[in-house]
Amino acid sequence: MKKERYTISVFTEDIVGMLNRVTIIFTRRKINIESIAASESEIPNIHRYTLVISEAEDMVKKVVLQLEKQVEVVKAVYHKDSEVVYQEIALYKVPTEVLLSGGEAEKIVRAHHARVLSVEPAFTVIEKTGHKEETQALFDQLEPYGMLEFVRSGRVAITKPMKTLKSIVEELEKVQY
Amino acid sequence: MNFKMNNMKAIEVKNTIPKQGLMTGSQAVVQSIIAEGVDLMFGYPGGAIMPVYDALYDVEQELTHVLARHEQGAVHAAQGYARATGKVGVCIATSGPGATNLITGIADAQIDSTPLVCITGQVASHLLGTDAFQETDVVGISMPVTKWNFQVTRAEEIPLAIAKAFYIARSGKPGPVLVDITKDAQFEEVDFNYVPFTGMRSYRPKPKLDLDSVKAAAKLINSAKRPFILFGQGIILSKAEQEFKAFIEKTGIPAAWTILGLSALESDHYLNVGMLGMHGNYAPNKLTNECDVLIAIGMRFDDRITGDLGRYAKQAKVVHLEIDPSEVSKNVHADVAVIADAKEALFELSKIVEENNHSEWLNKFRTLEKEEYVEVIENELYPSAEKMTMGEVINEINIQSDHNNIVVTDVGQHQMMSCRYFKFKQTKSMITSGGLGTMGFCLPAAIGAKMGQPNKQVVAVVGDGGFQMTLQELGTMFQYGVDVKIVVLNNEFLGMVRQWQEMFFEKRYASTTMVNPNFQTIVSGYGITTKKVENRDELADAIKEMLNHKGAYFLEAIVGKENNVFPMVPTGASVSEIRLK
Repeated sequence: MKKERYTISVFTEDIVGMLNRVTIIFTRRKINIESIAASESEIPNIHRYTLVISEAEDMVKKVVLQLEKQVEVVKAVYHKDSEVVYQEIALYKVPTEVLLSGGEAEKIVRAHHARVLSVEPAFTVIEKTGHKEETQALFDQLEPYGMLEFVRSGRVAITKPMKTLKSIVEELEKVQY
Repeated sequence: MNFKMNNMKAIEVKNTIPKQGLMTGSQAVVQSIIAEGVDLMFGYPGGAIMPVYDALYDVEQELTHVLARHEQGAVHAAQGYARATGKVGVCIATSGPGATNLITGIADAQIDSTPLVCITGQVASHLLGTDAFQETDVVGISMPVTKWNFQVTRAEEIPLAIAKAFYIARSGKPGPVLVDITKDAQFEEVDFNYVPFTGMRSYRPKPKLDLDSVKAAAKLINSAKRPFILFGQGIILSKAEQEFKAFIEKTGIPAAWTILGLSALESDHYLNVGMLGMHGNYAPNKLTNECDVLIAIGMRFDDRITGDLGRYAKQAKVVHLEIDPSEVSKNVHADVAVIADAKEALFELSKIVEENNHSEWLNKFRTLEKEEYVEVIENELYPSAEKMTMGEVINEINIQSDHNNIVVTDVGQHQMMSCRYFKFKQTKSMITSGGLGTMGFCLPAAIGAKMGQPNKQVVAVVGDGGFQMTLQELGTMFQYGVDVKIVVLNNEFLGMVRQWQEMFFEKRYASTTMVNPNFQTIVSGYGITTKKVENRDELADAIKEMLNHKGAYFLEAIVGKENNVFPMVPTGASVSEIRLK
């Protein structure tokens, strides 16, 4: 089966060590996690992890079931890129002088609709949000001018399907064992 | 408890722990365990768990602690106890090496779904992460091999953590859990009130049975001309033995078992067609690739069962009854999945399947069985060779003991022989390390099994290799007077590896020959009656003596050095390519 890019969203109880339990499922099968982001969800005490991997769907399915098997995982789902709205943020630190000279670098920043976050005598920090291809394009263009530092966040994603986490949690809380 | 305490002075019991109210964390640990109905646990003390041991000293009447000789012994004993009784096994160890020594047993319990609560001491919370003396990150180390684990750093967390631990260990698909408790939390005071745990939103131990899937399963089963059942430990874990028997008797479907499912159905049942897998019986392996509907119940299609997945039952529609959704279609695609507890699923399924009798199909099994008997079994049980075989020793125990023993095995040739040739009448009578294949499992697991089922005869069958991995536990047998009959099948080889070397590595016997010590001398040192049998004509009397002996007994049987286990499905072959020689 063909490998494709999938976004896996894992909703868990907010406890120490959970990230480790989640990543073990991937490392066991030697699956590289391309990006990861962790944050709260809209429900108190439920955290969400957003992971991006490139694998065949059959494998992704098995991994998601094994994630959901973990005692403190509330729900795990996977989506193709077309089924999520997603975004990443990148920060670029470049020498301030390349922007002061009024040359190409400034045009590049404008063309990419990037924002200047901070200007210091020695360096300037530029911010760009977008898909990886977009933040990478800006990197590639600025790089010849001297890139002092670069960082990109993990993907954050909102799913298009409409079943809410709240309704899932309510269903789970209703079931008596 | 009715275990005599050899060499131990009677200890005056002063039960001073209150059942609730203000107490230390360590007293809360002990009271929580008692509140879960536990009366026997296994362990080994050390610095970071000493407060809990101090609390145990006060409750010896209610909660017996069995001192193992190594933490691995303690955890395997707890596993043997759990497998023999169906209850949660409990073991306890100190931090650092004590905790890491538990890991093999925990991994074994995880892969074989054995309910286990492990409690470990930990360095004081202010020392965590500092490489303190005997500090190890056991929560991190055990995470991939536990169903759940938790670190307690405050006494007030103890009752909930232990209540959760027991609930998670025994519910749904059982498994091992670990609670790591820092030493300061053991000393701290807590206002104790134990409330059993009843559930959490993120954990669904028993999926709700979907009756539509049951109907779909019944439809396939009713339409089948050559249906075939594979059953595993799920039958035993969900206590579904009666429902299972009712189901197969109504439908007349031949049923074969995984080694963890062994003893869920009596050996001589007319629909029991034997053992699956690499060293299983000829008929069930061959006919896996001829059935039209394959019904898997409480089993997970381990690679030792399936051989080459690409040529496994491709002609068949597959029905999978399984409690764990992540096991469905993991290895073998399920056309119909009934995701539920086996007992519930079989109860509903039995109502709507049609009565049937697949005698012609069943006869195919019988025919192949005869072929296997002539080619393999007869020579194994009634050999003409000079040296004894493992099979004939096992067969002699069968003949003399009415199939009512609990058999505990180690891992290797003797294990496969035990699974193939021991006969069983009662469920939970075969205790073996299946998924992990842990050598050294047998002796401590047999001790745990006997202490859990003191009225049953427990026979531990072990090779000369595996016996030496945990023979320190003879000390535990000695101290507590545990009546286990140990049978060492001695071929002076690591036999299973040697067999593979013979078949696949041109007889290059790299590090598989064993120069063994005098086992009689060693075991005698522990006050256990011993006997060594080298000749066939002494065997029956020796086994009779062993089975009638009051107390522990050690029988060493010298068997052929280079005997092999057959049939065999070589790695990478299809089940239908099973070899008789």
